[in-house]
Amino acid sequence: MAAASIPQNPVQDFLKKPINVTLAMIAYVVVTTVAMVLISNSRQAALYPLFNMIGFTAFILSPILIISIPAPNLWRGLLLVAFVFFVVPVIGLVNTAYLELAIQISLFAGMALGLNIVVGFAGLLDLGYVAFFASGAYLWGMFTSEANTVFRQNGWTVDPANFYAFLVLGIIVAAIIGILLGSPVIRLKGDYLAIVTLGFGELIRILARNLDQPVNLTNGSQGLHSIGRPPLPDFLQSLTDGVADFFQIPLAAPGPIARQLMFYFLAIGLIGLIIVVARSLEESPIGRAWTAIREDEVAARAMGVSLVRMKLLAFATGASFGGAVGVLYAAKQTFIDPTSFGLLQSIGILVMVIVGGMGNIKGVLLGAMIITLVDQHILNNLSALIRAAVPTLPSSLDPTKYQPFIFGLLLVLMMIFRPAGLLPAARRRLELLAEREEKIEEEPKTKKVK
Amino acid sequence: MSIFESRGATRRFGGLVAVDSVSFAVEQGEIFGLIGPNGAGKTTMFNLITALTPPTSGQLLFQGQNIVGKQPHQIAAMGIARTFQNIRLFGNLSALENVKVAQHTHTHANVFAGILGTPGAREEARRVEAKARELLRLVGLGESADEKAKNFSYGDQRRLEIARALALEPKLLLLDEPGAGMNPNEKGILSDLIRQIRDQFNLTIILIEHHVPLVMGLCDRIAVLNFGQLIALGKPAEVQSDPAVIDAYLGD
Ligand SMILES: Nc1ncnc2c1ncn2[C@@H]1O[C@H](COP(=O)(O)OP(=O)(O)OP(=O)(O)O)[C@@H](O)[C@H]1O
Ligand SMILES: [Mg+2]
Repeated sequence: MAAASIPQNPVQDFLKKPINVTLAMIAYVVVTTVAMVLISNSRQAALYPLFNMIGFTAFILSPILIISIPAPNLWRGLLLVAFVFFVVPVIGLVNTAYLELAIQISLFAGMALGLNIVVGFAGLLDLGYVAFFASGAYLWGMFTSEANTVFRQNGWTVDPANFYAFLVLGIIVAAIIGILLGSPVIRLKGDYLAIVTLGFGELIRILARNLDQPVNLTNGSQGLHSIGRPPLPDFLQSLTDGVADFFQIPLAAPGPIARQLMFYFLAIGLIGLIIVVARSLEESPIGRAWTAIREDEVAARAMGVSLVRMKLLAFATGASFGGAVGVLYAAKQTFIDPTSFGLLQSIGILVMVIVGGMGNIKGVLLGAMIITLVDQHILNNLSALIRAAVPTLPSSLDPTKYQPFIFGLLLVLMMIFRPAGLLPAARRRLELLAEREEKIEEEPKTKKVK
Repeated sequence: MSIFESRGATRRFGGLVAVDSVSFAVEQGEIFGLIGPNGAGKTTMFNLITALTPPTSGQLLFQGQNIVGKQPHQIAAMGIARTFQNIRLFGNLSALENVKVAQHTHTHANVFAGILGTPGAREEARRVEAKARELLRLVGLGESADEKAKNFSYGDQRRLEIARALALEPKLLLLDEPGAGMNPNEKGILSDLIRQIRDQFNLTIILIEHHVPLVMGLCDRIAVLNFGQLIALGKPAEVQSDPAVIDAYLGD
């Protein structure tokens, strides 16, 4: 009786069939893609910022939707590949701002996935995660920048063609720093761990700022400019030209756009690798040990899990992801300075993890996407909209000035309404909520029975 | 040589002496009872053996080797497993995963093998899975392997704790009130299970239990603690008729 009275939703019924949902997904991608082209061609329209804001957000959510639909893996895989390797690059040629956003999202997603290993999998609240990102970025920056550092003075700089070797080196160096920073704090928990890691994050930033004396390693607060970029493969340039020709997209600057595409593909490759590694770790004995530690440290130890080893492994793995992203980031931006690696960045990445859903890889991807969009796309467009409507708006009320406020608000709202994130992990306990489920410490003691 | 021996193990908590120079030896294959009134120091004794609490003084020997100063995971790897009086399962993990965690010390796949999904790692994953399911069947939880541990009934959680401990492939198994919260029927099944796993896995078992008939029926020998001190040690019949024990624990 109860079952019969559940109202049948025709839309839901329709979407239950894999073929229908796949076709609906394709339609979604086609519609948003066409919308992106139309929007890009109407930049003079008064409501352009509004369409731009909503349109791109809907468009770029496609990969998350694609991996979520109930369809066979092969179909989803093909759709995803088509979207990532064809649709986004072409839209990127139409409007390079979108390509830039896609790269930023990928880079932040990579970092968020790294932090997710530490916070989400192992349950170690790390507020200084940006330190590892900085290590990778400075590693590549110091060895290739044209700033007047000891590296340049002594001819220790390396050819940018060594980028891929440095990507590997960045992973190793960051992992080592992760272990070095992790070792002294391994016995700390919760709040204490958070405070100390926060200190470490600041430490790396201060080092970056102050190590221009007595020998100039980092060029201090001026930052490192003209950082090397990996050489652009010829085929990518001709591919870019060919595709632009085919779709009759006028390219303002073919060289830089091809280079942007290269960074886009690099970022996608890196994040793909990170996802594969994170997923296999999650399902391995190591991932299980991390969860066990998170659930009950005492029981985990009694069951043979080495806390020190597992926690250091979490720090090292998370750090290595950050380091790799850092190398790529420095090469893409060609300029880094200490302000790119502050506490706010660490918190921003943490917000991605929390909003998306700690411990859930898909959730973290969604979180990275949303936060990056808010930060680099939505607020700007909102600002443009409001400015067009209210030209006299004092600059202190500009939405872009409210970024930290919005992050804070998002966090508070999440904690109230969806404490486990938008897409909560299946096996997840909340570290931040301190809602430690009563550990049956006070179970009724069994009295002696005669 | 006894498989386990406590030589003057002592643990103080401030002014309180929870375990007071306790000495006893447990022989290979025994089911050894540890009884005493609430607060006598029984659980603390288990915590000392498993290194969750370091002893203030005294020696603990496992297979002739002093294990004081080792880390809990090292003790576990040496072959001492335990269950907890205040059930400590990984509540949000499935029963199967709970058991798998304890197999950690017997898996060899490293990070890179795990990431690459090498044939060796996959073979090992299959073995771990099969073993875990077998242990769950053994304790009677084969049907609910994929359910979250926290959703289990009290008795089932206790049985799951036993399965998890067995996954360590221990030589010495410490059971802290495994029958607490079970009805008489379940307690009977539990007794049989304890005997069965002792025989099947060639175990030595130390059992803390308040239910006197269960202890008396199951144990080869029994030690009685009172205010941290060992007040009696011997066969069930001897202990049961010991005036000091009757006075402190069994009597009314
Ligand atoms: N970590 C601790 N800190 C302080 N006191 C403790 C600690 N652990 C145990 N105690 C005290 O040591 C004494 C022995 O406790 P224990 O838990 O070993 O008793 P028990 O024999 O297991 O009792 P029960 O039958 O109630 O489980 C108690 O007085 C207890 O309060
Ligand atoms: Mg006890």
